[in-house]
Amino acid sequence: MTFDASTVEMIKTGIWETVYMTFLSSFLAYVIGLPLGVLLVVIDEDGIRPVPWLHKILGVVINLLRSVPFLILLFIVLPLSKLIIGTRIGSPAMIVPLTIAAAPYIARVVESSLREIDAGVIEAAKSMGASNWQIIWKVLLPECRPSLLVGAALAVTTILSYSAMAGFTGGGGLGAIAINNGYYRNEPFLMWVSVVLLVVLVQIIQEAGMRLSRLGDKRIR
Amino acid sequence: MKQPIIQIRNLGKEFKTSSGTVRALEGINLDIYQGEIFGIIGLSGAGKSTLVRCINYLEVPTEGDVLFEGESLASMTPAQQRKTRRSMGMIFQQFNLLAQRNVIRNVCFPMELSGVPKKEARARAMELLKTVGLEEKAKAYPVQLSGGQKQRVAIARALAMNPKVILCDEATSALDPNTTKSILALLKEINQKMGVTVIMITHEMSVIESICSRVAIIDQSRIAEVGSVSEIFSEPKTRIGRQLILGDAIHQANFGKSKKVRIIFDGRESEEPVISNLVLACRTPVNILYAATRDLDGKAMGQMIIQLPEDETEARRVYSYLKTVKIPFEEVTEYDV
Ligand SMILES: Nc1ncnc2c1ncn2[C@@H]1O[C@H](COP(=O)(O)OP(=O)(O)OP(=O)(O)O)[C@@H](O)[C@H]1O
Ligand SMILES: [Mg+2]
Repeated sequence: MTFDASTVEMIKTGIWETVYMTFLSSFLAYVIGLPLGVLLVVIDEDGIRPVPWLHKILGVVINLLRSVPFLILLFIVLPLSKLIIGTRIGSPAMIVPLTIAAAPYIARVVESSLREIDAGVIEAAKSMGASNWQIIWKVLLPECRPSLLVGAALAVTTILSYSAMAGFTGGGGLGAIAINNGYYRNEPFLMWVSVVLLVVLVQIIQEAGMRLSRLGDKRIR
Repeated sequence: MKQPIIQIRNLGKEFKTSSGTVRALEGINLDIYQGEIFGIIGLSGAGKSTLVRCINYLEVPTEGDVLFEGESLASMTPAQQRKTRRSMGMIFQQFNLLAQRNVIRNVCFPMELSGVPKKEARARAMELLKTVGLEEKAKAYPVQLSGGQKQRVAIARALAMNPKVILCDEATSALDPNTTKSILALLKEINQKMGVTVIMITHEMSVIESICSRVAIIDQSRIAEVGSVSEIFSEPKTRIGRQLILGDAIHQANFGKSKKVRIIFDGRESEEPVISNLVLACRTPVNILYAATRDLDGKAMGQMIIQLPEDETEARRVYSYLKTVKIPFEEVTEYDV
């Protein structure tokens, strides 16, 4: 078992790749998932602008995407990565499947956060002549901010654990080190180091999300 | 008080639910006048909330129309309806403040929605907080306030756009009796000082009694009675009216050593139900000790001795009732037939 400078370098790169894959895909997935989640709440039967048929279709599509196991989605989507990013291996290639897998998940997480809002508050805003846009921007999103942040911690940690599967398809990051070096090359120490680092990352993200949520929550005295 | 500010015309509302249609309102006609405090009372499920939400078109009626200052809300575009809504402030049983905004930003909220410059909005909000007596709480968050304080913030918020009408849906139902009193006093003050018309939805007769000038009783989706509060209180014409007015008032009165009164019938219409009218109007039971009356050609003649409740104010109410309806009476210490 070797633990020299090059190994340290490898682990450093792994951490960076994991962080970069996770946060970039989380960001992109939020760009798609957040509006989708808002839309799901807005066009629901009891939403501020009901469009039942669209709600139904969206629901089915999201459930469909969510029911495909990530590893399978990974293989299906990687050709698309080649088209978009120009490569199907390495960490950048992982961004596309991660985003596609996470967006519908995030849509559901956002939806459930937004459903926590008290219908009375929306009614009050309507009674003041608020438009639907104003209700979304000035009531729904700000009032649900604490819950959205808790949801974000959940979503980002889930994406991080997905990203660890990149090792199977030639992607990078800590997950790849654990699989390639730790498992296939039988270096259990390296595997455990990577796993511990992944656990630490999850802890940090989870804790940061919860703190941010609590810090900004004015419902706490 | 001449000009109706809100006219409700033949209004009906049906809800389609999975278990069939619910008729929440039917054939509602009401005129509410500029500057009055108008009460709407009814039992739970009668349709009060639906009615008040139809007034500002939060709920679109399935029949009929609402005219605000003569303008039909039904024929307005959604944007015009939103604009009209700003002339009608609304307060709720559950206050419905934005939990993530502090007090002053809550009061600024409606002004923010309609694009009032921030500085101007803040100044106006501060002024309104003074009106409701909460200027020192401007920076507090709703969670840090009591129920009564939250309702004061909600009132300030409702006043922010200089509304002509304030709609109150059970605005005091979540408050204790003392806080209720102070909120009602505040609404009355606002009504008198600013000339804002107030529509009070409630299921509590005491709320109507203490601040309303006119009242509509709503029962099973329809208006049962409308009239001035004194009229309806002294003589409810419908069963629901009697139930609402007397329901919580008639109670076991104590007749220990209370006063006895001799009532003289000297030729009133014998069809007039004198005693039951008295009981209804005074909202107190009386004890009939002796009666000897006869019907002479449709005129009631004779006398009756009744015992009044021990409670001083209730007894006084009976006296003043007898005086107003001009029934001769005298107090008796010991009655002898
Ligand atoms: N959105 C809705 N969908 C279906 N039915 C409704 C809806 N809103 C109200 N109703 C029905 O309409 C009727 C009147 O309800 P409403 O809320 O107006 O009563 P209320 O007089 O305000 O009662 P409460 O004193 O309990 O608040 C009830 O039978 C209620 O079930
Ligand atoms: Mg109600």
